[in-house]
Amino acid sequence: MLNPKSLSLVKTSLGKLHPRIAMRNPVMFVVWVSTLITAAFTLTSLVTGQDFGFQLATTLILFATLCFSNYSESVAEEQGKGQAQSLKKSRTALKARLIRKDQETFVDASRVKKNDLVTVKEGEVIPVDGEIVEGIATVNESAVTGESAAVLREAGGDRSGVIGGTTLLSGNLVIRVTSEPGATFLDRMIALVEGASRQKTPNEIALTVLLAALTLVFLLVVVTLPPMAGFLGVSLDMVMLIALLVCLIPTTIGGLLPAIGIAGMNRAFKANIIAKSGKAVEVAGDIDVLLLDKTGTITYGDRQATDFLPVGKATMQELVDASVLTSLQDSTAEGKSIVKLAHESRFEKPVLQGDYEIIAFSAETRLSGIQLSEHEISVKGARDAIVNWAKARDLAIPKDLDPVTESVSKQGATPLVVANQSKILGVIALSDVIKPDIKERFTKLRSLGVKTVMVTGDNPVTAGVIAAKAGVDDFIAEAKPEDKLALIKDYQAQGLLVAMVGDGTNDAPALAQADIGLAMNSGTQAAKEAGNMVDLDSDPAKLISVVEIGKQLLVTRGSLTTFSLANDVAKYFAIIPAVFAGALPVVAGLDFMNLHSPTSAVLSALIFNALIIPVLIPLATRGVKMGNVNAETLLRNNMLMFGLGGLVVPFVAIKFIDMILATIV
Amino acid sequence: MLEISIILGLAVLLAWPLGHYMTSVYSARPHWGDVVFSPVERVIYKVTGINPDQGMGWKAYAKSLVLFNLVLGVIAFAVLKFQHLLPMNPDNIGPLSWDLALHTAVSFLTNTNQQHYSGQAQLTYLSQGVLIVTLQFLTPAIGLAACVAILRGMVGGLNSETAKEGEARNLGNFYTDVIRGTLRVLIPLALLLALLLTSQGVPSTFSGAAMATPVDAQAGLEVQEIPRGPVSAMVAIKQLGTNGGGFFGPNSSNPYENPTPISNMLQTISLILVPIAIVFMAGRLIGRKSLSTLAFTVMATFSVTMVAASVYSERQENAALAGLSAAGPNMEGKEVRFGTDPSALWATLTTQTSNGSVNSMHDSLNPMAGLVTRAGMLINSTWGGIGSGFINFIVYLWIAIFIAGLMIGRTPELFGRKVETKEIKALGMLIVLPAMVILGLTAITVAFPALTGNSNPGFHAVSQVFYEYTSAFANNGSGFEGLNDDSPWWNVTAVVALILGRYLPILLPLAIAGWMASKRETKAKENAIKLSGATFCVTVIAVILIINFLSFLPSAVIGPIGEGLEIASGNAFVE
Repeated sequence: MLNPKSLSLVKTSLGKLHPRIAMRNPVMFVVWVSTLITAAFTLTSLVTGQDFGFQLATTLILFATLCFSNYSESVAEEQGKGQAQSLKKSRTALKARLIRKDQETFVDASRVKKNDLVTVKEGEVIPVDGEIVEGIATVNESAVTGESAAVLREAGGDRSGVIGGTTLLSGNLVIRVTSEPGATFLDRMIALVEGASRQKTPNEIALTVLLAALTLVFLLVVVTLPPMAGFLGVSLDMVMLIALLVCLIPTTIGGLLPAIGIAGMNRAFKANIIAKSGKAVEVAGDIDVLLLDKTGTITYGDRQATDFLPVGKATMQELVDASVLTSLQDSTAEGKSIVKLAHESRFEKPVLQGDYEIIAFSAETRLSGIQLSEHEISVKGARDAIVNWAKARDLAIPKDLDPVTESVSKQGATPLVVANQSKILGVIALSDVIKPDIKERFTKLRSLGVKTVMVTGDNPVTAGVIAAKAGVDDFIAEAKPEDKLALIKDYQAQGLLVAMVGDGTNDAPALAQADIGLAMNSGTQAAKEAGNMVDLDSDPAKLISVVEIGKQLLVTRGSLTTFSLANDVAKYFAIIPAVFAGALPVVAGLDFMNLHSPTSAVLSALIFNALIIPVLIPLATRGVKMGNVNAETLLRNNMLMFGLGGLVVPFVAIKFIDMILATIV
Repeated sequence: MLEISIILGLAVLLAWPLGHYMTSVYSARPHWGDVVFSPVERVIYKVTGINPDQGMGWKAYAKSLVLFNLVLGVIAFAVLKFQHLLPMNPDNIGPLSWDLALHTAVSFLTNTNQQHYSGQAQLTYLSQGVLIVTLQFLTPAIGLAACVAILRGMVGGLNSETAKEGEARNLGNFYTDVIRGTLRVLIPLALLLALLLTSQGVPSTFSGAAMATPVDAQAGLEVQEIPRGPVSAMVAIKQLGTNGGGFFGPNSSNPYENPTPISNMLQTISLILVPIAIVFMAGRLIGRKSLSTLAFTVMATFSVTMVAASVYSERQENAALAGLSAAGPNMEGKEVRFGTDPSALWATLTTQTSNGSVNSMHDSLNPMAGLVTRAGMLINSTWGGIGSGFINFIVYLWIAIFIAGLMIGRTPELFGRKVETKEIKALGMLIVLPAMVILGLTAITVAFPALTGNSNPGFHAVSQVFYEYTSAFANNGSGFEGLNDDSPWWNVTAVVALILGRYLPILLPLAIAGWMASKRETKAKENAIKLSGATFCVTVIAVILIINFLSFLPSAVIGPIGEGLEIASGNAFVE
């Protein structure tokens, strides 16, 4: 009947009954103490030979309430554990080739210190986190990311970081260790996933304080009842009063609170995002502005040639020939797309003969091309670069060059001007391809109140077109990497919370400055250290998911709190008449649910109170759905669903449970 | 019904310009009134050595408030304890006992005016006409000052433009705020009302009691002594300053305090005039008009609903005498000249506003109206006491914004400033406080029946005790009369309720506002909660209802609800 997994769930649930652990949750601790008291009453009645059925039933239901709460926490923890297990496997028993005084020695990976140099050979598992000093390689990071496609890693630049536990598929590397033993990325991840380093988040603490205050109010309400009733010559049943107390204190949200927090972190992990703290996930929900690089986030990043546009007296054939010649030895995606477009346009591919010289792209000239012979040359590059090049050779600038480049820019494409030894031939239009689902995501973000800002090195015209097509709220054109930091500070000075995505070392200051810095796993160690989240899939659009997860975390807590408090109204109407039933019969007038008997009324309310916890576990761990709506609508929906629903549901449910109890008893 | 609509309509109509005027008073904008007031203020500043431009952080503001109250309290106690030795005592009235003097001093100091004495018989003209009237002017001004300081804090203080994140903020100068409020708002209003009341026949004299020969010689009374004095002045500020302590024991049901239908109308309007004006002032003062819209909607909803319930209740026959007397509205404890509607209206408004003056006896209200008066005091922010009522509303608003903020997926914030654990801790104390004081003291008192001094048995007795502490904690001052409340036990425990009910609900919100003021301000408007939106209005109403319902339903079951059910079941006289 019980499989090992559910058995371990039961075991961990029971383990949480230890008073030291139980005390961490003030609401549930009251239930814990109440259970002991009712148990004592039951025992006393048993010994003195009195009727103890009601007391026993109450004790059992209270105990069940406690167990359900612990169970919900265990369920949430269990969900994260699967991931931790697979991570742990990849950590065990790794050996490292340590380089010391030019000698390689095999040592345990756990003994390698920060800044040591380690060699990794093809097919081996990378033993520690590090930065590549030498070599280029493909790495399988599936142990960490679950993604089996190999990724490229090389020394220098923004893709030099490797993670311990991942496998080197090709190439040999020398890496510099970047973490101390026991504090590797993998170690930290395991700790996070297992919840060992889980701390209550700020909003969770605030809510716990509020719930504790309400619990104290209810304690006062119940404790002051006996003297007031005593004044009327009435003595109240202690077990009934305890039942009243437990029903009133917010056990539903109190019991589910830890599970909601753990489940929120788990949802982040499931999206392959490692948040360095739960707080970071929560803050993500508050983000006002999202800074996104155009390339790789909004567009695929590799621009494709989409059109040839001759200018002046040049023919299409001349333009295409020159374009293809300059691109034949160009291995970039852009170059390849030019050749491809020419081919698709059924132009004949010129063949390279004899000695030729490639003119490589350089930062000074900002153009590239090919020198076929002393008199034959073809170049392509940005408009200004080619115009300067042409002027230096006294070539005429065709009058229609500027109109053509401008019209290309206006369409959101990048104009690439092509020239040969005698004239400027025309323009190649390179277009950015916008990711298909990006616009919907931005629409959703806007409904959540998050402003999206695109950062790009493109000129303002191109940037504007892409911004409009992608549906971002604003854009910063011709931006240099260091502009990002200034921009973030600027937004923050306006009182906005800013999130950004980055992968390069030069992004690190901006990642650290941003309220949420999401570093790409493919990025440098510096970027990963600076950000407060790492995206294992290196998908910048993931930030959108993080914002949603953060918001959902708060929405779930708020909604269940509202539900829990609204429930109390019905519970009052069930229990108060029952508490006074024997002594003050007039109070029965409040019992408009017309429950079977005082004991069945109290037990029904208690059973509802206990059962609602497991019933809501799926909602707590999955999170409340939010949809594409603004704050006002979201509030209204949740008030209707959890406020009004919380008012009505218990009336129906308690009546229903009471009817069942009536047939049993 | 028409009379009630006219009174409520007039109150709102008059409160609107008053709210505008008060905005200019507290934002220290130039005003034509400066010609009159500025010279007087300059003299006061010079004599007292106050620097009106000296800004205060929340701590300094709170310290000044506490110090000022302590000094006033000591003076008040001394005057009451030694009034027989002091001048202005033509009727040779003796001193008050220590506990009664303490209770009376604290009661007036806290803007409560709960009276365990009978004015005309136990207080001298100095105590009544000078000490108490002074406190009746100053205490609403103190409440108003605290409210204004909190409002300033909610938007980052007066120096929000220049101060950095985390820096202490200037919430204004406590003494300047009190002086301006007294001089520019309360004194002119009270003067005007006193004149109007005098025109209706309310006495205004320093002569001793009048001696009259009864018309009906068979009454067996040779000469009737009719107490009088500077009545209209005191009644004016009693009504305007949510004070409630009348010149005479029977308060505004006494024909000398409230002689005509016009005087009754003027006094009813005065109950809610300044509290409503504060609602109009609040949003304007801090440039967030949505705050006023929200507060007005919520408070008006509560107010009108409760008035309707109360008026309906009193139009029914007396519940306790159902079927025994002639059918007709419940006239027990009411002035025949006013009738049930104006009495029910007054009873509802006076408990909503923490005023506590009466023109009928609340002890004799039918259970539903009795419940309404209790609810008004427990909520204590339906218009509410001057300053303190709006502060209570802000507390409810903070709690609502916390829960609603979570429900829309943002760290809760009001006017761009986050409500975090520190603030929630203080709010938690404010949530626990009423239950602790009211329920706690009621439970202790009824646990020792000898202490209670009840005039009624059963449910109604519990109601009386509960009402007394609620009235003290809410700084209301009205009573379910019939309670023998001038005993050391009642005096001392009521003092505890008075102090806890006055100062913590002012000082804790002041601290919260001070903390929040220096936080980083988020300016994003799009995803913030729309304060004046219908959904949030409902949320605030729900929060107010649920907190009070959950805290006080069981005790109400043993009180007015039980009583109502009992009467409904026809068991009223079974003991």
